[in-house]
Amino acid sequence: MPLYRDGGFVEDDWLFPPDDAPLPASGKVAVSKARFSAERDTLLARSEAIGVVLEAGDRLDDIAADLSRLALIAIRFPKFGDGRPYSLARLLRDRHGFRSELRATGDVLRDQIVPMLRAGFDALEPSHPGTIAALHEKRIVAVSHHYQPAAAGVSEKAPDRHPWRRISVALP
Amino acid sequence: MAKRPKIFRPVAATANDLSTGAVVFRGRDGTWSPDIAAAEIAATPEAADTLLAAAQADQDADRVIEPALIEIVQAGAFVRPAALREMIRTTGPTIALPADPPPARR
Amino acid sequence: MYRYDEFDRTFVLERIAEFRDQVQRRLSGELTEDQFKPLRLMNGVYLQLHAYMLRIAIPYGTLSSAQLRVLAQIARDHDRGYGHFTTRQNLQFNWIALKDVPEILEKLASVEMHAIQTSGNCIRNVTADHFAGAAADEIADPRPYAEMLRQWSSLHPEFTFLPRKFKVAVTGAPHDRAAIKVHDIGLQLTRDDEGRLGFVVHVGGGQGRTPMIAETIRDFLPEEDLLAYCEAILRVYNLDGRRDNKYKARIKILVHETGAAEFAAAVEAEFAALKGETAPLPPDEVARIAAYFAPPAFAAMPARSEAFDRALHDDPAFARFAARNVHPHKVPGHAIVTVSLKPVGTPPGDATAAQMEAVADIAERYSFGEIRVSHEQNLVLPHVRRDDLPAVFAALSQAELATPNAGLVTDIISCPGLDYCALATARSIPVAERLTERFADLDRQHAIGDLKIKISGCINACGHHHVGHIGILGLERNGEEFYQITLGGSGDESCAIGEIVGKGFSSAEIVDAVETVIDTYLGLRNAPQETFLTAYRRVGEAPFREALYAAAQ
Ligand code: SF4
Repeated sequence: MPLYRDGGFVEDDWLFPPDDAPLPASGKVAVSKARFSAERDTLLARSEAIGVVLEAGDRLDDIAADLSRLALIAIRFPKFGDGRPYSLARLLRDRHGFRSELRATGDVLRDQIVPMLRAGFDALEPSHPGTIAALHEKRIVAVSHHYQPAAAGVSEKAPDRHPWRRISVALP
Repeated sequence: MAKRPKIFRPVAATANDLSTGAVVFRGRDGTWSPDIAAAEIAATPEAADTLLAAAQADQDADRVIEPALIEIVQAGAFVRPAALREMIRTTGPTIALPADPPPARR
Repeated sequence: MYRYDEFDRTFVLERIAEFRDQVQRRLSGELTEDQFKPLRLMNGVYLQLHAYMLRIAIPYGTLSSAQLRVLAQIARDHDRGYGHFTTRQNLQFNWIALKDVPEILEKLASVEMHAIQTSGNCIRNVTADHFAGAAADEIADPRPYAEMLRQWSSLHPEFTFLPRKFKVAVTGAPHDRAAIKVHDIGLQLTRDDEGRLGFVVHVGGGQGRTPMIAETIRDFLPEEDLLAYCEAILRVYNLDGRRDNKYKARIKILVHETGAAEFAAAVEAEFAALKGETAPLPPDEVARIAAYFAPPAFAAMPARSEAFDRALHDDPAFARFAARNVHPHKVPGHAIVTVSLKPVGTPPGDATAAQMEAVADIAERYSFGEIRVSHEQNLVLPHVRRDDLPAVFAALSQAELATPNAGLVTDIISCPGLDYCALATARSIPVAERLTERFADLDRQHAIGDLKIKISGCINACGHHHVGHIGILGLERNGEEFYQITLGGSGDESCAIGEIVGKGFSSAEIVDAVETVIDTYLGLRNAPQETFLTAYRRVGEAPFREALYAAAQ
């Protein structure tokens, strides 16, 4: 799956072994929350970075203590109309101070990219061809003026002294 | 609506035009028009399946949206939908539409 | 009124550009209907029976004359010369071509209007008391808060894909004219013991197939915490609201299934955490927004108006109008006027282009250029001098907008029903029209007194039938329309859901049945002052059921 990060497409440097497959001997791996909980100590003992893949319905409470040791959290949008990942992203960024890669996977469509970035996602894994093409060709038409601050860590300008106004520094 | 009724009655295919939203019917020549009199009428379940497939193909080709088969009533050359809802779609609201007097009278 | 600055203007223009791009992608086939539908809904474009419908936001029901004129022009240029004011203080056009929508949005933007979030599973246009800023019984004007909520909720990056739609209403008066207890969030301005402004917060009200009255989860929320608290409610709902069943996805079901106390605790916990992450509303920003809603330059007038008193005495038609359509204003010598969109035999809430222009002109001349849309599908002139009331009455009469029936039996709320709506099971407008014809006699209407009839064309209850004193729900059985009657509903501070009185009535029977209910009331009320609702609450439904069904048994 193409990976869009920091304004361009890059090679994905992460491995996503299925739950029933053995962990690869080396490489950065990301696993489901269930597997992370079950094999936590083995995973944390690896020398390379580890990550967790969350489903939209997952909660953060039971991994909150380990967040600082994760280099990736991917959250899957089962369909673009399922808005739970936006709240999970906000909680990760604003409440738990998670600063590593936060990746949107699943049904990632071009018309939702701006809210995804504003909610704190900094990497996208779109599968929709039109979305991939539009990102490649920088053809995303979106709103850059906002009435709410974005998640912690998202760089935006505050255009004036109005407390909640923001302007995107760059659109994809 | 797209479900086939238990006792088969003749059907026509209706939809809305993608760009204007206007109510249209699939004609015998394969074009869509607001004229139900020109609509192709499927008189057998097999013909109905074929008609619906053609209508859906037209949706996939982005000509119309929300295609569906509707039961129709025929009396000689006269054709009308059987259900009230489809009658209203075909002939418009059953009430007088609000209208300003013509400019001369204003 | 709120006025856009450069930032607001750019926001709306960017949103139009985005939508124009989406429409082009749809028309070119790049987007399928399944992909496009949620996008068009986010901008108020529905597919109804006859065509696309465009729903335009009228934030908290406040309009200027200039805005109303542009709406009239759009009605002429892009539709069939009329529009429909809805129970959510919005305006709908029924015959819009998709390809024209971007152009229409540009015309709207020229007068600081849009169609953003008038549909979709997001925070919808915020509604408010239509007498806001004018009502004599008001504690504070709710519109600055509604405006802050409007801005905050506009394209909110976290709350744009909720389990289901989300409606917020705000009122600043103890008498609830905004039906806040049947909203997802209902906010009621209040003052605490020290005189500080804040809100009573109600959550989880709604109509539709499972009508529920909102639970009060906060007795006093300080003004400065408004947005953070709403954010907490929305976050709990976004994460925990049901997504497995569309009919159980509204927040009312979550509140009900969780239990009000436990739900409130979850919101309070989230709010406590959020308070550390978000700044409270700064007083100078509240003041900046509130300044837009500062009262207009009212002249100092004596409370009594000779011109008004004279007209009252000389003109019985005016006296009738004054009795029903003129309401107390907070400033001496002024009044609020209801412009009736309910003449006999016409679709409730519809206004022609010429009528919109007439109201725009009258408002400009007599009401500081301000108009309100009520959830009861009427228009309101909020700030009229009592001296000018006879002239306003005359001008409204010219445009057939002076029916003296505000709050009476013919002031019927009705959804579009099967004449327009793709979801309808039965027609509602023809029932409303026939009822107004049956009760056309003004003496009879005034003798009956306060009575709210509300009609929906299907279980979605856009016509608010659950909170009608007499509610009518149109259904379908074996291809025939039939109508269920509910009695005793109320949408104000004494909020109640109406009870189904018995089996339904055919289209031919429904008007007689309503008349039977009203005659029964007239026969049992203990004084002309005892309203239908009061009488119903005293006697219960038994006498009505008997009158309706005795003959059949
Ligand atoms: S109540 Fe039903 S028929 Fe009436 S407008 Fe709503 S969805 Fe349509």
